[in-house]
Amino acid sequence: MASVMKTSPVNPGTMTFDLASRPLRELNRFLHRELGQSGAGRVQVLNPDGAHNIAVGVDAPIDIEVHGHAGYYCAGMNKQARVRVQGNVGPGVAEGMVSGSVHVSGFASVAAGAAAHGGLLVIGGDTSLRCGISMKGIDIVVGGSVGDFSAFMAQAGRLVICGDAGDALGDSLYEAVIYIRGKVASFGADAHEEPMRDADYRAVAELLEKAGLGHDPKQFRRVASKRELYHWNADANQEY
Amino acid sequence: MCGIVGLLVKKPELRQRLGELMLPMLIGMVERGPDSAGLAVFTRELPADRRKYSLYAPQWDYDWAGFEAGFIRRFGTEAELGARGNHAVLTCDETPEKVRPWLKQAFPALHLLSAGRVMDIYKDIGNPAQVAQRYEFGKFSGTHLVAHTRMATESAVTPDRAHPFTAGEDFCLVHNGSLSNPYQIRRKLEPLGITFETDNDTEAACRYFEWRMREGDDLETAIRSGFDELDGFYTFLMGTRDQLALVRDAFACKPAIVAETEDYVAISSEYRSLVGLPDVKNASVFEPVPEEIYLWRA
Repeated sequence: MASVMKTSPVNPGTMTFDLASRPLRELNRFLHRELGQSGAGRVQVLNPDGAHNIAVGVDAPIDIEVHGHAGYYCAGMNKQARVRVQGNVGPGVAEGMVSGSVHVSGFASVAAGAAAHGGLLVIGGDTSLRCGISMKGIDIVVGGSVGDFSAFMAQAGRLVICGDAGDALGDSLYEAVIYIRGKVASFGADAHEEPMRDADYRAVAELLEKAGLGHDPKQFRRVASKRELYHWNADANQEY
Repeated sequence: MCGIVGLLVKKPELRQRLGELMLPMLIGMVERGPDSAGLAVFTRELPADRRKYSLYAPQWDYDWAGFEAGFIRRFGTEAELGARGNHAVLTCDETPEKVRPWLKQAFPALHLLSAGRVMDIYKDIGNPAQVAQRYEFGKFSGTHLVAHTRMATESAVTPDRAHPFTAGEDFCLVHNGSLSNPYQIRRKLEPLGITFETDNDTEAACRYFEWRMREGDDLETAIRSGFDELDGFYTFLMGTRDQLALVRDAFACKPAIVAETEDYVAISSEYRSLVGLPDVKNASVFEPVPEEIYLWRA
């Protein structure tokens, strides 16, 4: 596969994959199987052109830069890698991520960070619906606003929203915590605002710093579960 | 899954290239809908007393000359007929009220795809790349167009169930998604004298919107009333003589993306189908939000 790799004369140790002339499979095969022997510390992806599954399932501490818009499931199931997308991403960015980080400069489509166990996902712009759905430990920072049903059934981890949230924020939350700076169109079942404590301000400050965003943590409010759905309430008549 | 494609050119000099600019968009959506494809193109408007009819024949080498002769026998007037294999566009002075019943009676094997003064329709089963080649989509010109690649889920793979669907005059709709109450819509519309031609769920949405507009709604009001009436998943793209309209249901499970420049507005299910467009990297790209109605005027 040596023929598909180009070491940048400017940055030794950088591999460049131009998806305008190389199939995506070569990139992912390299990231999965050949990275170790290659000595590369950084991979650049050019002309992603909305392709699906860019840099999915990577398990190595490498820097991956995607220059352009990515399609579905970009950096899904990521472990260890630090992925930066200079552009927008389609549905399911960083879904199932375990560790590492994914930074997107533009907007993300639906289900950003879905069901992810760990790591950090930063979206510079807005996200569409269901951001952080069923998140299981990931930290997500959204520079803009999130769509409806965000953090639906979120189990663990933190979602920081610098803009506004759509309808049904945090519906059926478990133990994940949401910090929001802007307006909430409506809360989902069992989600409510709680007072911010010192640990919350520290958490927001730490996540904003990691995301490179300069907001004042004092502007954020905490949204968490009322924990009323953990137990069946026969008297509720199915109204929550 | 299905793929939707829409293109509206803002500059008159780009009208000649409408089909050529669209073709890579459609090819880019083949994987989302490999079993059928269709396209509605909005061309120069005919005078008020003229109409054109897009027709589909059951076989490729259909006797269109015989059809034309039959038309002249019945109506005694000249007609122009532009045939491409099993498709033809008939242009004449006769109104749909006269042509529809005559077609049904005299040429029952022909399927009337559309009627109006602006829109031509082509649709067929097969890989969308081959369908596009079959009818030379790349050579089409006009102000705007709506196209579709189909992966059938709700009804059989046949040419009449391919999208776009049409109703009334110069109105078409393509759909990515599935409706859960199409029969409820049918039961509402059929007693009003509205006839359905297939068992396809998308046809119900198309006929519903066209009915609303005939009742006096403008396109936006018609679409808004659909939020209460149409249940299911959808990204709808609609074309009228001078507009494109895009709308997604409240859950937005079906994707859509828009890229706009000074030259065009391009709509697709996914960004990857837009990458062949000129200067798309500098376009304003956004994802339409649910239950917001996007309209562009040609």
